Amino acid sequence: MDMERVIFSVSEITKRIKHLLEETFPDIWVRGEISNLRTASSGHIYFTLKDEGAVIKAVLFRGYQRAIPFEPEDGMNVIVHGNIDVFDKRGEYQIIVDLMEPEGIGALQLAFEQLKEKLHKEGLFDEAHKKNIPAFPDTIGIVTSPTGAALRDILNIVDRRYRGIRVIIYPVLVQGEGAAEEIAEAIRKANQRREVDVLIVARGGGSIEDLWPFNEEMVARAIYDSHIPIISAVGHEIDFTISDFVADLRAPTPSAAAELVVKNKIELLRWSRELIIRLYNSLDRMLVSRREKAALYSTELLVRRMTQLLQQKSQILDDLERNLSVQMEALLIKIRGRFEKAVGQLNALSPLNTLARGFAVISRLPENWPVFSVQDVSERDEIKAKLKDGLLFSTIYRIEKAQPDGDGDT
Amino acid sequence: MSAAITFEEAIKRLEEIVKELEGGEIEIEKALTIFEEGTRLAKICAKKLATIEKRVEILKKGEKGEDVLELFQGIEEG
Repeated sequence: MDMERVIFSVSEITKRIKHLLEETFPDIWVRGEISNLRTASSGHIYFTLKDEGAVIKAVLFRGYQRAIPFEPEDGMNVIVHGNIDVFDKRGEYQIIVDLMEPEGIGALQLAFEQLKEKLHKEGLFDEAHKKNIPAFPDTIGIVTSPTGAALRDILNIVDRRYRGIRVIIYPVLVQGEGAAEEIAEAIRKANQRREVDVLIVARGGGSIEDLWPFNEEMVARAIYDSHIPIISAVGHEIDFTISDFVADLRAPTPSAAAELVVKNKIELLRWSRELIIRLYNSLDRMLVSRREKAALYSTELLVRRMTQLLQQKSQILDDLERNLSVQMEALLIKIRGRFEKAVGQLNALSPLNTLARGFAVISRLPENWPVFSVQDVSERDEIKAKLKDGLLFSTIYRIEKAQPDGDGDT
Repeated sequence: MSAAITFEEAIKRLEEIVKELEGGEIEIEKALTIFEEGTRLAKICAKKLATIEKRVEILKKGEKGEDVLELFQGIEEG
């Protein structure tokens, strides 16, 4: 038998192999360990994936790296997605990776740990770098969404506490594409504008994906570079973000952040008042002791000046106290408003309202005990019936007990 | 931050002054000087506290893309 020999050129056979491989494996998932990883000057990452029995070359082009939040490293066990590509010039095949997931841990979790480690080593979390948070800022800046729960919570606290404070909102997206850029930019802008004493970077609760912008390096660096002290208030109490570690202070929630910097005004008035009284008392005491030692000093002039100064005391305190009473009054008005609202709500539930519908409230005299049952009264008792528009006083002359329903015939 | 002293700075300095005067270990001339400073600060604190109005503003983009502060109209529910 004649064997007909089919002879390919190298190019032809390679083309056939290429076709075969690329057509058969256009869309595959492969599990393996990363080794020999190197990043080319082009930014593409080359590595091999291996297991006990084999290795396969792989490349992660620069354009696909954005979709992978963490940094691939040698020794990391991963699952990659991609397609097989044959590089004919070298007679090699490789997998072109477009997705990569770490094994056993979420990609975002891994990215978080990696960035945390990196920034920690760089010293971005150092206590020494942290600035003090002003206790009584005049102006507070908030970097957050203008429509979010975090802003609402913070403004609620500001409302409740009365301090004549200025709040400046730097509106940003707090999740999704472009959010990290906006947050970092807003922090830089606040630093350029120099109009606030403290910045709260805030976001309400959400999933790790939602909170992600606060785990991005550019936000961390913007916080670190800020000259304005920053409080990070992202998510709920249990959520930790990179922002929390870099910020000068972490607040468990946005409300808690507001409470830290918006002091209760009445407390402030009290504290100021105490300081002023102590100020004058200290001078008072000094005056007394100097008078005693008057012989030692030529203090007559000083004493006169001190006496004059002390005369101002009552005026300043008066001012403050007037202010305090205005504040107290405002508070009382607010409390009264709340009280009246509560009474209104109570009214809706009150039996007095049922009177309007034709019912009466009966009580036995003279004790005014409420009567709920015929057993609460006896014949000849005096009772009072309250109707919607007045009272009826009467004496009971007969009591008839109702027959229990459905208890008689079979 | 304006050039003027903030409430924070005023009350902090006032606290220092009170402590120093209460300590008593101070020259009488110095005492009078810082006392006078203290009364000025006390007036500043009282004045700042008298501002009842709070003010909430939001940084927006103006017509030419410049930054403008506008009064914040409240959170749109949505």
